[in-house]
Amino acid sequence: MNPDLLIPIIITLVGASTPILIAGLGELVVEKSGVLNLGVEGMMLIGAVVAFAVTYTTGNHWLAILCAALAATAASMIFAFLTLTLSASQVATGLALTIFGTGFSALFGQAYTGKPIAIFDSVFPDELENHPFWRVVFDHSPLVFFSLFMVVAVWWFLNKSRAGLILRAVGENDFSAHSIGYSVIKVRYAAVAFGGAMAGIAGSCFPLLLTPQWAERLTAGRGWIALALVVFAAWRPFRLLAGAYLFGLVMTIEVYTKASGSMGLFPSEFWAALPYLATIIVLVLISLRRSGNSAAPACLGKPFMPGQ
Amino acid sequence: MTILTRRTALKLGAAGFMLTIASQLALGQDGPLKIGFVNVGPKDDNGWTYGHWVAAQALEEEFGDAIEITFVESVPEGPDCERVLRELAQQGNKIIFATSFGFGDYVIKVAREFPDVIFEHATGYQRSENVGTYNARFHEGRAVMGTLAGHLSQTKNIGYIGSFPIPEVVMGINAFTLAARKINPEITVNVVWLSSWHDPAKEADAARALIDQGADIIVQHTDGPAALQVAEERGIIGGFGQGADMSAFAPKSHLSAIIDVWAPHYIQVIKDVQAGTWVSDDSWPGIAAGEVVIGPYNEKIPADVVAAAEAVKAGIVDGSVNPFTGPIVDNAGTERVPAGQTIDDAGLWAMDWYVEGVKA
Repeated sequence: MNPDLLIPIIITLVGASTPILIAGLGELVVEKSGVLNLGVEGMMLIGAVVAFAVTYTTGNHWLAILCAALAATAASMIFAFLTLTLSASQVATGLALTIFGTGFSALFGQAYTGKPIAIFDSVFPDELENHPFWRVVFDHSPLVFFSLFMVVAVWWFLNKSRAGLILRAVGENDFSAHSIGYSVIKVRYAAVAFGGAMAGIAGSCFPLLLTPQWAERLTAGRGWIALALVVFAAWRPFRLLAGAYLFGLVMTIEVYTKASGSMGLFPSEFWAALPYLATIIVLVLISLRRSGNSAAPACLGKPFMPGQ
Repeated sequence: MTILTRRTALKLGAAGFMLTIASQLALGQDGPLKIGFVNVGPKDDNGWTYGHWVAAQALEEEFGDAIEITFVESVPEGPDCERVLRELAQQGNKIIFATSFGFGDYVIKVAREFPDVIFEHATGYQRSENVGTYNARFHEGRAVMGTLAGHLSQTKNIGYIGSFPIPEVVMGINAFTLAARKINPEITVNVVWLSSWHDPAKEADAARALIDQGADIIVQHTDGPAALQVAEERGIIGGFGQGADMSAFAPKSHLSAIIDVWAPHYIQVIKDVQAGTWVSDDSWPGIAAGEVVIGPYNEKIPADVVAAAEAVKAGIVDGSVNPFTGPIVDNAGTERVPAGQTIDDAGLWAMDWYVEGVKA
């Protein structure tokens, strides 16, 4: 492959990685608090359609991202109420949230089909954005810089802040956290709300950054990739960053190799399967190294019912 | 006057939402003729499924209260569609249109269980007593688009985004490439297969990959406008609408479009069923019958290029131009069609090779 392509490939792969990174960071915090929310895909679709609608109506991308975050947070609160207050099954409720989000976004989006919006492009001066080399750093949407900032922020929160330690305690041993006076339910509500906001922002990447249109099921399963990435990353933010970019790299290499007309020995189905093959290989390598000791939060997916 | 109410009536599990258009004033003595549509994408895909949706609305207009349509969206091409087909048949639908290639095996299977229900499978090749097939000669439209591209491309590198390498798509690639290379024999066509009909973000990335590697015209055979939007953003010469006019998404880059018009076929099928004259057959009309329509040409295209495209279109309509006229050499160098001969319909449906100039 032509070396001049390196920079365009990097720019494309960063774009492809950003939504799964943002959604994955949100879900990582949710799972660290002991809650498994399988509704990421649905919340992303809600974020995507709201971001599109607000951009179409007002033209303000920042407002669109804010509204996407708020709308998806609202959806996540339905999940939180059912699973945390009413102790419903997290798996079933999460799946229901995905189905709800898919249907809601389709219904709400009917009015916005067939309409274009402007992309949320780089905010740097043209000289930097179009520089033959430095565009590798500057030719990105603000959403990309937000995602990288959030990697550091989530890492700092979980490992260096008192609130993060409480959240992890709630996820590792809810009864102990409860017995020393922390409100398990309140902490989990906050975590789920954060996960919802991040999923909404991740959804907004689709119309604002990747393909400025609204179409039903616009996210095409990226929410599930984000969920898998959290496991892949063993619940660590920097590994999540590496995993998201690895996924983005494989997806991007696939299209660039095919576009060069020289995929050679391998049929196109091989390239389409490669991201999933990569997942399996990395998971096997991780489990070999850790020899059985799971990195998953101990209370993941279990309802907290102190009365029993 | 018919009052249309659209409501999301039934949910078929993971198959997505079922959209019912019920004529409220309907229900004569025998009740309306119930018609089901099973679609692979959402009706808001801005392309393929949208075309069938428009045709379903045309049916409502034509027949009013005499029919009742159930339009099921986003049904995966797999065992799930069998369940949806069976459920529609059980609910009393007398005609079921399955609008995607991958539904074929399941249509044949379910049709055997419901001999008094008529099934029509779009883009398919398997028929039985109560299963007919229908399609449109999209490759005729591709030949017109290829003529435009042959005149307009400066890099002589054209990117083609494909869904699955099935005969319908391969035919389009070959017809496009033959027409483009007739104008400029140096043109090459690079194909990116996506293994999906509807993944807008990936379509956009494929367009970026093709443009980064020198393509100045992008063709897509997936169901949405994502690639055209990238063409617009990058300011290349352009691309083409697939299934519908997509110029709203790319006013500068939308060169023209192949528009699917299914209404004439659907209206004919329903008239035949009402008259009791329906028989299983294969309907495959093209530009001449008005089922494949060439969209408006972008104003930036020079008049002589438009005239060349119109000449190909007129030739296809009057029969003097066949997009697959020999000599045709495949991309491995073997002569497939001798000079002066053409490929018959059976040969088109068996097409699993690419013409010279295609890299796939």
